[in-house]
Amino acid sequence: MILARFFAGGFRSPLVVAGMVIILALAVLVPVLNLAVPRGSAFHMPDYLVPLIGKYLCYALLALALDLVWGFCGILSLGHAAFFALGGYAMGMYLMRQIGSRGVYGNPDLPDFMVFLNWKELPWYWYGFDSFAFAMLMVVLVPGILALVFGWFAFRSRVTGVYLSIITQAMTFALMLAFFRNEMGFGGNNGLTDFKDIVGFDIAAQSTRVGLFIISAAALIIGLVITSAVINSKYGKILAAVRDAESRTRFLGYRPENIKLIAFVLSAVIAGIAGALYVPQVGIINPGEFEPANSIEVVVWTAVGGRATLVGPIAGAFLVNAGKSWFTGVLPEYWLFALGGLFIFVTLFMPKGIMGLLGLVRRRKSTPVDEMSPDARADIAPNAAEQQQ
Amino acid sequence: MSKATSILYLDGVSVSFDGFKAINNLSLTLDPGEMRAIIGPNGAGKTTMMDIITGKTRPDEGEVYFNGTIDLTRHDEAEIAMFGIGRKFQKPTVFESQTVEDNLLLSLKGERRGFPALFYRKSKEDAAAIDEILGTIRLEARRKDLAANLSHGQKQWLEIGMLLAQDPKVLLVDEPVAGMTDAETEETARLLKEIAKTHSVIVVEHDMHFVRELGVKVTCLHEGSVLAEGTLDHVSADKRVIEVYLGR
Repeated sequence: MILARFFAGGFRSPLVVAGMVIILALAVLVPVLNLAVPRGSAFHMPDYLVPLIGKYLCYALLALALDLVWGFCGILSLGHAAFFALGGYAMGMYLMRQIGSRGVYGNPDLPDFMVFLNWKELPWYWYGFDSFAFAMLMVVLVPGILALVFGWFAFRSRVTGVYLSIITQAMTFALMLAFFRNEMGFGGNNGLTDFKDIVGFDIAAQSTRVGLFIISAAALIIGLVITSAVINSKYGKILAAVRDAESRTRFLGYRPENIKLIAFVLSAVIAGIAGALYVPQVGIINPGEFEPANSIEVVVWTAVGGRATLVGPIAGAFLVNAGKSWFTGVLPEYWLFALGGLFIFVTLFMPKGIMGLLGLVRRRKSTPVDEMSPDARADIAPNAAEQQQ
Repeated sequence: MSKATSILYLDGVSVSFDGFKAINNLSLTLDPGEMRAIIGPNGAGKTTMMDIITGKTRPDEGEVYFNGTIDLTRHDEAEIAMFGIGRKFQKPTVFESQTVEDNLLLSLKGERRGFPALFYRKSKEDAAAIDEILGTIRLEARRKDLAANLSHGQKQWLEIGMLLAQDPKVLLVDEPVAGMTDAETEETARLLKEIAKTHSVIVVEHDMHFVRELGVKVTCLHEGSVLAEGTLDHVSADKRVIEVYLGR
């Protein structure tokens, strides 16, 4: 009952519902166009596009997670890719255990890279990853606990703003260096790859890929419902209050550190799930995923789509990544310049991103300024000015 | 006036920042139900005093007691707010991106933890309390408007309304009429007098006309300690008060 009311809050915004419908349409259309339409037809979707769009869905879920903390709580995390990568590694470890004796060295007990490093037995932290359920638990727990510990210390010490951004960046950088080390037991430089199957299905089969695609789309829709329900609840209002006037909330009796921690942990868990869905679709996870630049890209997607809009970051993730796929094909060495330029352009000229432009168009259409009362005009003018800055 | 019967009790409080004594051996007692006006020149330590009472600043020495029993120097902002000390800032600080109604909802006395707020549903009592406060601060017509779109005076009232919603035992109000028109100032005086009927209040204000309107006991601070205390006429007749403050 309480839960039903909570989730109902997720459907309160028409824009969010529209976003869900579009993702749902994608979840139906892509499999149909790929599997049901005959190969020769102009409407047939090529096989390679399914995991590619599936990958975008995972990125979109990651951007949504970042928007929850950045857009709605003002925490500019420059280390969110770390939570994504940890979720990915947890999934990767399960997939490694599924290989069994089909590895190059044919060792039934140890993954190839451990045989190569002359390890005699499985490290303790690999125990349990034979079980899918255990691995899924870790997908949620590892990023969640890291966020809990990290956030607890950072928020309690009242680290905010750019300092917080810097330590999140340091966190992902430290993790990257750690995962690069062979002694860590996560495959070092090469990471985890050569996956064979997932819960009994061949990971390379087109039907499995379509299945993963549908699950990713479903995860994105569920993520949208949950984050939207969270920000529409009273907690969401407290979160925005903390973002806008943190010290004021203290004098009302709130503990901003605890309020932020809830959102931060939830966001890390969502990011972890996105990473876990990403790995089987791209077939590899390596320490490169922890790279600071990856986390910054997530910030760019979110900014391009529009902060604090939930659907904006999803749109941003799709557009920027589609742009990246195209751009890196045409002018690969200039992609980073284009990305940096895009970020500067958006920050300067579109502070509310694509959603801000949509909002502007919609407002102009629905209420012509002439017909408004002077009061209403005065109310809108500052917003319009802000958007043109 | 003793510690045991007071609602707020400061004795021998001192605090310095980088060698500068912002508060110097300050003693002040507020009785339950009393309204007190604090005046004094800039830098007299008025805002620092509020920072000490609300737990934002720790005093170097001295006693600060609430209700005669609670040592406020041992608690932080959130705890002190929950004991029942509410504060209105000099610059109106309302939650600009939220509606007037939601500003009050967030201030309403009660649960302050995050998880229960996820599943909170507005009760009839809460809705009624919000309606009542909107009536008191005369912002019924603006309830659905964003706080950012209120005028300066209306933001001040909204913040006073947020204080009321907290239902504190003591209200600390810092310069409520700064930047207000005469009509708004009068309205604010009415509002504060109304509130003082059921709460203990400390008002810091520069506007002597407004202080006279309140008609309460006045304390004049200077260089971090009490210079004079009594009725406004008594205080404004004091030679030293005229010299450091009124004469300027």
